[in-house]
Amino acid sequence: MPTLLKPGTVIGAVLLVLAVAAPWLLSPYDLNLFARFLALSLTAMGLVLLWGEGGVLSLGQGVFFGLGGYAIAMHLKMAELGPGEMPDFMVWTGVAKLPWWWDAFHSPFVAILAVLVVAPALAALFAWAIFRRRITGVYFALITQALALAFATLLISQQDKTGGFNGLTDYRTLFGFNLNLPETATGLYLITLALAVGSLLGLRWLLASRYGKLLRASRDGSNRLRFLGYDPAPYKVIAFTVAALLASVSGALFTLHAGVISPALVGVVPSIEMVIWVAIGGRDSVAGALAGTLLVNFAKDKVSTALPELWLYALGLMFILAVTALPKGLAGLFGPDHPFTPARRGDMFARWRKDKAETTPASEPTADAPPAAARIEEPA
Amino acid sequence: MDAVFLAGQLFNGFSVASLYILAALGLALSFGLMRVINMAHGEILMLGGYLAYLTMVWVPGPAGILVALFVAFLGAGLFGGLLEVGLVSKLTARPLDTLLATWGVSLIMQQAARDLFGATGVSVTAPAWLEGGITLAGLQLPTTRLFILLAAVLVLLGLAAVLNFTRIGLLVRAVNQDRPTAAAMGVNVRAVDAFIFALGAGVGGIGGVVLALLGPVTPNVGQSYIVTAFLVVILGGLGSIIGTTIAALIIGLIMAMTQIFVDVSFAQVLTLLFVVIFLQFRPQGVIAVKSRALDAE
Repeated sequence: MPTLLKPGTVIGAVLLVLAVAAPWLLSPYDLNLFARFLALSLTAMGLVLLWGEGGVLSLGQGVFFGLGGYAIAMHLKMAELGPGEMPDFMVWTGVAKLPWWWDAFHSPFVAILAVLVVAPALAALFAWAIFRRRITGVYFALITQALALAFATLLISQQDKTGGFNGLTDYRTLFGFNLNLPETATGLYLITLALAVGSLLGLRWLLASRYGKLLRASRDGSNRLRFLGYDPAPYKVIAFTVAALLASVSGALFTLHAGVISPALVGVVPSIEMVIWVAIGGRDSVAGALAGTLLVNFAKDKVSTALPELWLYALGLMFILAVTALPKGLAGLFGPDHPFTPARRGDMFARWRKDKAETTPASEPTADAPPAAARIEEPA
Repeated sequence: MDAVFLAGQLFNGFSVASLYILAALGLALSFGLMRVINMAHGEILMLGGYLAYLTMVWVPGPAGILVALFVAFLGAGLFGGLLEVGLVSKLTARPLDTLLATWGVSLIMQQAARDLFGATGVSVTAPAWLEGGITLAGLQLPTTRLFILLAAVLVLLGLAAVLNFTRIGLLVRAVNQDRPTAAAMGVNVRAVDAFIFALGAGVGGIGGVVLALLGPVTPNVGQSYIVTAFLVVILGGLGSIIGTTIAALIIGLIMAMTQIFVDVSFAQVLTLLFVVIFLQFRPQGVIAVKSRALDAE
């Protein structure tokens, strides 16, 4: 089939083969970095759904990232302890008795369940409360930012329960595997890669579905959507919940690779940094977000070790340039209307034909656009 | 818990509220007019603080702080004007992108301050006439705090006067009510935008001087106030000065009163919870601007 041999598919397949072979190509240090950034890319891909397609900017993804990270970290702390023992920081802060909700994390199933359930459930509740009253845009962004601030301050202040400013670190075993062995690192990396590729494909499917179409519609004209008989709120709530689930899984994976989770990774500044990965990569391209996360984080690693004071200038400039010069991100350079597209001659009304052009499958930004038949099934 | 203690917390609430008024007014002005939030506003506060420090080095003596207020207002206002013309005006109708771009500006300003003045920060010594305090029925009221309250009230009155009794104020109100019609009547909306942005930044600069009286000016000084200032703007309603003032008072009092029972971090969580619950009942904020526009979201 010729559709399988599109350049994008070929490049994707080659990159996937390289990524699978990475444990044998990269040094353990670089592999660990790569695995961390792949884990982070899940959060970024969630933001594509929420921000790029849903038009809802969340500056509080760090909260859900942190919920996932702390859930798995609590299990890692508990796993190496016998009954009645307490994690090291609780001993230092002089806690008399282990809180019951820490005790539950002895079981790996509770931890995994917590990663998959806590953040999405809270996100759904929060989003429902906000979107129900049609609070969107700047309001939503600022409220989520306050959420990130409150979360990080709370974590720091409750030192006897959360490890405070230092967070949770120093883990040894995961589900019986020694975390220091290179084989465990390789296995974790492959799991992360599988989850990242799974999210990529899953999100592209979701965005091409009718749900994706309605989500875009709620972004571009929520009142028109209401007139057509749809309530935009549930679509946004679902987008926020899915993004929170991805952020939570992302946080859990990151904690496993980095060996630490702390308030410094979940507060206001890291939360907004997650947005820049997506802005650089391309806010309406899932693959762009993945690439943007890897690119920005590798750049951060290189620049901030060589010239630490330069990194904030570079990051600041990235924020400014990403929205002024490159509103579609790097993915926009490869999309259907990239700046180097030859202008169509003789069509002086091209600007006004834009809506029409976008509905033809050939110019769909995602390569796996649904077949034409699927697009006609509008409600009668 | 006796009456004096309660009165003290009440005074603290008003004192914190006056800080939030100074920090949030500038944001509210430009948010009401242009629907954009300047994430670098915290760093404009910081700029005001550093300008106060520099002024006090140049003009020591009792009047230094008054000169500093003036210098910070002008300096921050000038910076705000440049920011509007150079960046914010390029992103009209894209409020979320403005958020991100101005966040970039804030990162650059923080790092620049760190490189210029050092990471530990500088302190402004308050003049002698601001030391000490008044004792009212066993209640200690520090003069600095009273000065800040006074500054907030004066700034509020000044803004109200500018908006209600001057020609530029008339133009601002016109653009605020109906931008396309004002433009059609020959109002230079671009200039009005830039003016309001600069005015808001100037007020932020005054807020920065006031912060400098309370603690050292560090590169992060703005960050500690700005997120709450954002909440004040949201709670206040679309850029209404009265709404912002009421919202600042509400949040200041909640902060002060909850801190009787819980620590600062829980007070922060409770404040956020209050804002979210409040918006359930009044999503348009304390003061709603009536509009018949359907897509005014």
